Amino acid sequence: MMMNEPALDLEAQISCRNFNFYYGKYHALKNINLDIYKRNVTAFIGPSGCGKSTLLRTFNRMYELYPEQRAVGQLLLDGKDMLAKNVEANSLRARVGMVFQKPTPFPMSIRDNVAFGVGLHERLSKSDMEDRVEWALRKAALWDEVKDKLGQSGMSLSGGQQQRLCIARGIAVKPQVLLLDEPTSALDPISTMRIEELIGELKDEFTIVIVTHNMQQAARISDFTAYMYLGEMVEFGVTDQIFIKPQKKATEDYITGRFG
Amino acid sequence: MELYARRKLMNRIALTLALLAMSFGLFWLFWILLTTFELGFSSLSLRLFTEMTPPPGSEGGLLNAIVGSLMLVSLATLAGTPIGILAGIYLAEYGQHSMLGRVTLFINDILLSAPSIVIGLFVYAIYVHPAGHFSGWSGVVALAMLVIPVVIRATENMLRLVPNTLREAVFALGTPKWKVITRVTLRASIAGVLTGVLLAVARISGETAPLLFTALSNQFWTLDMNQPVANLPVTIFKFAMSPFKDWQDLAWAAVLLITLGVLSLNILARVLFRDKHRV
Repeated sequence: MMMNEPALDLEAQISCRNFNFYYGKYHALKNINLDIYKRNVTAFIGPSGCGKSTLLRTFNRMYELYPEQRAVGQLLLDGKDMLAKNVEANSLRARVGMVFQKPTPFPMSIRDNVAFGVGLHERLSKSDMEDRVEWALRKAALWDEVKDKLGQSGMSLSGGQQQRLCIARGIAVKPQVLLLDEPTSALDPISTMRIEELIGELKDEFTIVIVTHNMQQAARISDFTAYMYLGEMVEFGVTDQIFIKPQKKATEDYITGRFG
Repeated sequence: MELYARRKLMNRIALTLALLAMSFGLFWLFWILLTTFELGFSSLSLRLFTEMTPPPGSEGGLLNAIVGSLMLVSLATLAGTPIGILAGIYLAEYGQHSMLGRVTLFINDILLSAPSIVIGLFVYAIYVHPAGHFSGWSGVVALAMLVIPVVIRATENMLRLVPNTLREAVFALGTPKWKVITRVTLRASIAGVLTGVLLAVARISGETAPLLFTALSNQFWTLDMNQPVANLPVTIFKFAMSPFKDWQDLAWAAVLLITLGVLSLNILARVLFRDKHRV
């Protein structure tokens, strides 16, 4: 097992302060207080329905698409409240990218898939855009596989390639944070391994938050781990510590497989 | 073993029934096509496309009716499609949770199954009667009212089929809603939407009842849409019921033309969208 050493000078990128979340009347997240550190990988683990995906989806205000969902409390990005009314959700999403459980290539060419988000936020010349597409595809370790067929549909790629295309699409916008919602749960072991390696490389430039059901995965790739249960943040800490010497009995029970 | 034997038997019975039902349906369909082709092809000639509808007993063609039908159908499609697509977008992407959306959808379903003669009579009452004369434009209005609900339903259905995960992925890049719709969700469902449009075209190209009250018919050549306009369905209606052999033959030729037209539209749709899916 690879041991991850968190960087020494920790700086919070995202902070939750007394953060609560509701699906209609259902209280899904209860008083969450948490810091996500810059250029580190933070993993959210916990049994199904514990709220880890819900929490992730508040970081880019994805929940706003659904009128019955609402968030209460403070959610800070670089110290500024992201839930404030004057913060435009679309400008927030340019800074906080997201990759989903199932690969979601858009119905357009591979090139256009990557260029799509960039074109929304920046005016680039054609050659600059080509460079950006190549940069993002290289970062996502997909360039060598697709450089000769950038005009082909993104749907024509394999599942693992599609997911890396989605990662390329996310980082092409040059966000500060990348949210990964179980990005490998629909992929085979080889594709999973490639994505895990990729996450290790991307954390030099991006703050990464990943939700995963796979505890080995959390242990392998994350610097910090948050264990959640029934909408509460049970324990948060350095990954190795959480897995080797958890402070709380509940965390230990979950990690050792006695529960969940 | 007894259980599996019984299941096998049940399967065979169900399959037989399904096959019987299918052949029953296809039998009539093929009979209709066969009669159409037999009687239509025998009265097919170049004159159909060069001469006007004749008085009984003399030679003639269907040129005015063909051109009239093309005008009526294309103008009605041009008018109805944008309204239908925009309304469908509203219903699927904006109005799902609103009262207005639900009511519109319900009323649209009623319109979808409204007998076309009712539409014809309605347009007669609000347009033809006040204007004092039958006209091509009133026919266009009546046909457009048949196009709109079909296109609304198709657009709304196809957009609903776009998975929410895809929609979320587009929003996650910071995309404004109108761009999410125009660049991704509408694009992902364009094949289905256009199929809906073509189905609407196929439906109105054979509609007779709404035209009887509006565009009526015209024995002569005209491009003036303020006049009664000749068209294939009403010509078929008139000629097929007449006691004159040459009129009846022309009616069969017109039936064949409509059938071939609708058939090639359907084939065109399939070919076009097979390519679309590969993009």
